[in-house]
Amino acid sequence: MTLSPGTRDRLIGLASPVLLLLLWEGCARLGWVDPRFFPAPSRIAASFVKMASTGELWANLSASLDRLFWGYLLGGIPALLLGLAMGLYRPIRALVDPLVAATYPIPKSAILPLMLLIFGLGEASKVAMVALGVFYPMIINTTAGVLEIDRIYLDVGKNFGAGRWQTFRTIALPGAAPLIMAGVKLGAGLGLVLIAIAEMVGAQSGIGYMIWNAWQLMAVDTMFVGLIVIALLGFAFNWALDEIERWLLPWKARG
Amino acid sequence: MSLPDLVLAPTKSTPEKPAPKIAIAGLTKTFTTRTGPFTALDGISLDIARGNFCTIVGPSGCGKTTLLRILAGLESATAGEVTILADDPTKPLNAMVFQGESIFPWMTVWNNAAYGLRMRGAPRAHIREVVGHYLDRTGLSPFADRYPHQLSGGMKQRVSIARAFATDPEVLLMDEPFSALDEQNRTLLQEELLRIWDEAKKTVVFITHSVDEAVTLGDRIVVMTAHPGRIKSIVEVPFPRPRQVLGLRRDPAYGALVFRIWGDLRDEVDRARRQEAEIEP
Repeated sequence: MTLSPGTRDRLIGLASPVLLLLLWEGCARLGWVDPRFFPAPSRIAASFVKMASTGELWANLSASLDRLFWGYLLGGIPALLLGLAMGLYRPIRALVDPLVAATYPIPKSAILPLMLLIFGLGEASKVAMVALGVFYPMIINTTAGVLEIDRIYLDVGKNFGAGRWQTFRTIALPGAAPLIMAGVKLGAGLGLVLIAIAEMVGAQSGIGYMIWNAWQLMAVDTMFVGLIVIALLGFAFNWALDEIERWLLPWKARG
Repeated sequence: MSLPDLVLAPTKSTPEKPAPKIAIAGLTKTFTTRTGPFTALDGISLDIARGNFCTIVGPSGCGKTTLLRILAGLESATAGEVTILADDPTKPLNAMVFQGESIFPWMTVWNNAAYGLRMRGAPRAHIREVVGHYLDRTGLSPFADRYPHQLSGGMKQRVSIARAFATDPEVLLMDEPFSALDEQNRTLLQEELLRIWDEAKKTVVFITHSVDEAVTLGDRIVVMTAHPGRIKSIVEVPFPRPRQVLGLRRDPAYGALVFRIWGDLRDEVDRARRQEAEIEP
């Protein structure tokens, strides 16, 4: 039987987690690892099913997804517009760049207390954390994306009479799109990290809350369910963004 | 002087002598560089008649691209004036075919060719008709939905030519459009360009470093000096039109003309090489 390289890669990619899970299951059943810390995958799966059927899982998941959605939107759109403007106009770049460069290295998780202070313990502080996480990779990548556009394309726009808005729409945005998409992917990942952290402090719902609560109750199965859900979310986001990229950027040659 | 570089001049023609389509008077361009001012163009004066195919040859670094960029309004002159006579104020003054890859990788062939018309807000039916016509003339119709990464270098330059012709500009500016192509493709594209040009007989300023190309395409050849760019000589090309690129090359008069222009150019190329050696010892 011959397999195409793509199919073979996918099979190998599937085999490694399956093998790991089997190994884990075996070790847990034979008592080689402490099942209080590492419950067997079958037990975690059972918890997963139970939590899904009681609705506990969905309530927490939808709370997190809600915050992620608003955070992505409120962080991503300003970053996109500001990044485009920074790439196209030198004075704007001179104005904003130092601020971005100075605040970017601050770990976003370290800003959580400040966010709680400003936005309180409610939804706003969680959304703000996600927005922060998305904002930086997006603005940096968008600016770089516009700056990377070959000058000749801007000359073409000028020569054929493209106005300011037309230049934005027909040259800057599509020309920077590949790097913008890379920024979106980075931001989506960072958003997941930050929502989990933000929900561990002072939240009453969400996947992060679920994990933290499980730790306090020593409900290790539930903790693992939370971790797995986050992993699955990350995987699903990445897959969806890859599909969106393929659809939005049909002009990128893919090897 | 400063802006405007391009003036919509009132017609100054007299019955005996029609006003030139392009009038370049005392054009000078000085760039400020780290090592001091650099004069790219030094007092260029040149009149180009309506419908003339004017080719400009010169050694590399002689400022010929700068000259074209000033004509295109992409660069301002330091002194002197450029006047392009507009026959129809609704048409764009110029359209440029750029050196190297200039079609947008994110647009299909069709959208690239339609770009200039869209930017000018042309009606849809007009765009469909004109773009369809020029894609047809350049043999690109079957590839209208392709993206540039799926095209060869020659096809990309065809798109660039179609894009420029589609806007129906007052003058057409071409900056070494075929320099990156191999010899066979270059010959083919020269033939196609002549065929399309024969339809409308637009005023063309065509920059090249190839004497062969200048003689093949041009009605008139302007030979430029090495830096600073000045006009060394202007040579009329006597061959009738429509021209056959390969047929022309068999003509002994063609060889004689190429030889003569090479004579003018040779000293300048030597001088340019010496200058380069001075800059980079």
